[in-house]
Amino acid sequence: MTKNITVYSAVLAILLFALLANLTYIQVFWADELRSAPGNSRAVLEEYSTQRGPILVGTAAVASSKATGSELKYQREYAAGPKYAPATGFYSLTYGSTGLEKAENNVLSGNDARLFVDRLQQLFAGRDVQGGNVETGLDSAAQEAAWRGLQGKIGAVAAIEPATGRILALAQTPSFDPNKLASQDSSEVQDYYESLNNDPTQPLLNRPLVQSLPPGSTFKVVTAAAALESGDFSPSSVLPGPATYTLPGTSTSVGNWNKGPCGPNGEVTLEEALAVSCNTAFMWLGVQLGEEAMTAQAEAFGFNTSFDVPMTAAAARFPETQNAAELAQASIGQQDVRATALNMAQVTAAIANNGVTMYPYLVDGISSPDLRQLDTTQPEAFAEAMTTSNAADLMDMMVGVVDRGTGSNARIPGVSVAGKTGTAERGNDNPNVAWFIASAPADNPQVAVAVMVENAGAQEVSGNQLAAPIARDVIAAVLGG
Amino acid sequence: MVMAFGIGMLGFAQVVWSTGETLGNLFWVVAGVAAGVGVFMHVVVRARTPYAEPIILPTAYLLNLLGLVMIFRLDIADTQRAAANDSPAPTPTVTSQITWMILGALLVAATLLLVRDHRRLQKITYISLLGGVILLLLPLVPGLGLTINGATLWIKVGPYTFQPGEIAKILLAIFLAGFLVTSRDTLSLVRRRFLGIAIPRGRDLGPILIAWVIALGVLVFEKDLGTAIVFFGMFVSVLFIATGRRSWVIIAGVLVVIGGIFAYFAFGHVRVRFQIWLDPFAYQNDQGYQIVQSLFGLANGGILGTGLGQGYPQLVPFANSDFIIASFGEELGLTGLTAMLLMFAILIQRGLRTAIACRDTFGRLLAAALSSVFALQVFVVVGGVTKLIPMTGLTTPFLSAGGSALIANWIMVGLLLRISHDTRRPERVLPSTVEDSRSVGAP
Repeated sequence: MTKNITVYSAVLAILLFALLANLTYIQVFWADELRSAPGNSRAVLEEYSTQRGPILVGTAAVASSKATGSELKYQREYAAGPKYAPATGFYSLTYGSTGLEKAENNVLSGNDARLFVDRLQQLFAGRDVQGGNVETGLDSAAQEAAWRGLQGKIGAVAAIEPATGRILALAQTPSFDPNKLASQDSSEVQDYYESLNNDPTQPLLNRPLVQSLPPGSTFKVVTAAAALESGDFSPSSVLPGPATYTLPGTSTSVGNWNKGPCGPNGEVTLEEALAVSCNTAFMWLGVQLGEEAMTAQAEAFGFNTSFDVPMTAAAARFPETQNAAELAQASIGQQDVRATALNMAQVTAAIANNGVTMYPYLVDGISSPDLRQLDTTQPEAFAEAMTTSNAADLMDMMVGVVDRGTGSNARIPGVSVAGKTGTAERGNDNPNVAWFIASAPADNPQVAVAVMVENAGAQEVSGNQLAAPIARDVIAAVLGG
Repeated sequence: MVMAFGIGMLGFAQVVWSTGETLGNLFWVVAGVAAGVGVFMHVVVRARTPYAEPIILPTAYLLNLLGLVMIFRLDIADTQRAAANDSPAPTPTVTSQITWMILGALLVAATLLLVRDHRRLQKITYISLLGGVILLLLPLVPGLGLTINGATLWIKVGPYTFQPGEIAKILLAIFLAGFLVTSRDTLSLVRRRFLGIAIPRGRDLGPILIAWVIALGVLVFEKDLGTAIVFFGMFVSVLFIATGRRSWVIIAGVLVVIGGIFAYFAFGHVRVRFQIWLDPFAYQNDQGYQIVQSLFGLANGGILGTGLGQGYPQLVPFANSDFIIASFGEELGLTGLTAMLLMFAILIQRGLRTAIACRDTFGRLLAAALSSVFALQVFVVVGGVTKLIPMTGLTTPFLSAGGSALIANWIMVGLLLRISHDTRRPERVLPSTVEDSRSVGAP
């Protein structure tokens, strides 16, 4: 009988071995596949059990995680909701994430390599992992001014610190409330998302970063820069500025917005042409400079390059033109030229920064949960778009736009503001787009801003009427703070 | 014993800490009771069975404490969920489980006091059979039986529910041991050989057929696959140990296949279980939910586990009873689960060793039967939860929430201790020697 029991024990040992082998297979070799299997809510619960780091503007959190006490331990809370939505994006159980929530997910979730030491400490302390802080370079006063100015309009504002490329404001209307998408009530989230998705005004579109529209007359600063850089023109060079310009090789003629010539005898200086936004002079100028020079100048300002800020922003487009007629129209920011508010802010900032185009960036730095600085963004030059003296000349010309030209609504007492208006036609019965770009103070620029208002109607002067006041308020907010 | 207590209490403390709760009254009550039960059982065992295998009691005690830790941990998860949903807090399962643990300790004492010599149990061989079968049939009595989750395994007396099948296991083990002592010689007889296999005489097939019918009956009328497997498995195991005839195992195998095929085609729930086993993900959102969640939990635990209180074992339905192994696998990982399975292996191996060392046939067979019940139950449960074999509803010995199973397991430990003591006791013991041994330190 002893032998029988020994045999029986051996059988049991085999069964034990089978159990352990099977467990090893499940918990070690099959585990990864099971963890990411559809229907495994543990992955989601795990993600929601980390206290995501906050997104900061200055020292205030615009996105933070608060404990819920429910199965999903934390929920995102956006203190200012729609105002900062273009920067924060949303963080939703159902619809994933966008904006900084997505682009900086590794830092916010605590998985970033820079947070390794902190994660190790939390691991040994047996505590839930806590995410790092994302410090934006946004200026709360500028953001507030941009947000307030856009109310009642469809549009976008981007503001940049010229010397660094730091983004100071990123606003849009209509916007959305990321709080409602972060809710744990999935049907509520779904309803809200559907309503946003079906809204013809596209609140979910990140307007300042990806809404590319013809920049219109604001693009004339690029053409002017190309003229100065060519060495053949100075601000006082005299250009032909008749009432209409016949596109080369066609019988189509394009006129000035005021239907008249830009100066006496149909002649105008470059400086004056910019101040009064003379279409005919700039079309002639663009053709005169040639496609190569125009393209080189536009690209030195950041056109045809996509920037990660860290969200990927749409690249401004200066297209390859087929002929002089297209080039003429492209020179006044029409035809297939496209730019976002951020693109035009970048151009404006480059002119204000002695002609040096900077990489734009939204995140100033990264810090650990205990506020130890882990990383600080170093400003980086993208290209030298203009010489220092040409940039200074162009700044003076843009000051003229505000002081005595089309951009009168951007004037700030005691501050010299450099600006340029724009009203772009979109065709197909779409309303015109009103633009205003500006930087100030002209002698030591602290801020460059671009404002885009999409529902400008058919008014030719809407850049000054609709967009310039917003630019002025943003500048005043930055300089005042 | 002290170490087992320490490990258990550390487990509790870790649960409390990592779930963000505070050391409430419940913790001190549990700690106090666990310590009291530990000291009580130790003293009783030292006094009544000083020569018993010293490792059996601490192993069972530690397993029981670990079960309490996990039940406590899942209670917290339930309470927190209820709080989040603004529903009333559920009654903690751990309090009833610890009550059953006290009862289990008392029953160990009672077993050791009442059964002064295990050989006396041989006299109640047929009473055990009767008692066991009656207990098995009790849930089928109208008005008394209670069906929970499709299985008619419970009886309800007043507010208390009980699974008589758990106690029936012990009685049937006693019967089997007693029965085989007398009939093993006949059952070992070989009439003829066929294909190298010894075929037993036709009329000797009776007992195995009866066991097969009982097992099928459990399956058919009480819809409990797990208990059926354990009964029949124990029967075949002990039959083999008693006779050494592989032919019994082969015949049993044939009967299982016949029974299995019959059950597969006759009963929907068996068929569903089988299909879930083959492809649980196809039934992920309905009948396969439990096993799939169990696999997810095990995967989440990985090699080292998430740590107590930091996984999501509450996502698996019946996480504190049938699927408690998945809970342990998630929070303690492969490492913890392996350790626990080895603890079971130690317990079972000690039981079989007792069987080998035992001087009388009845004791041998009884020890072997009890060990095989533990072994089969652990294998069926762990194998089911981990998709090695089709899932059956069974409790894991000592770990799972469930009073009947817990006290049955403790009685089985008491019997093993008794047999072990009787076996290892020196042939002639002077009373003074026994007295002296009481003062020997803790194992």
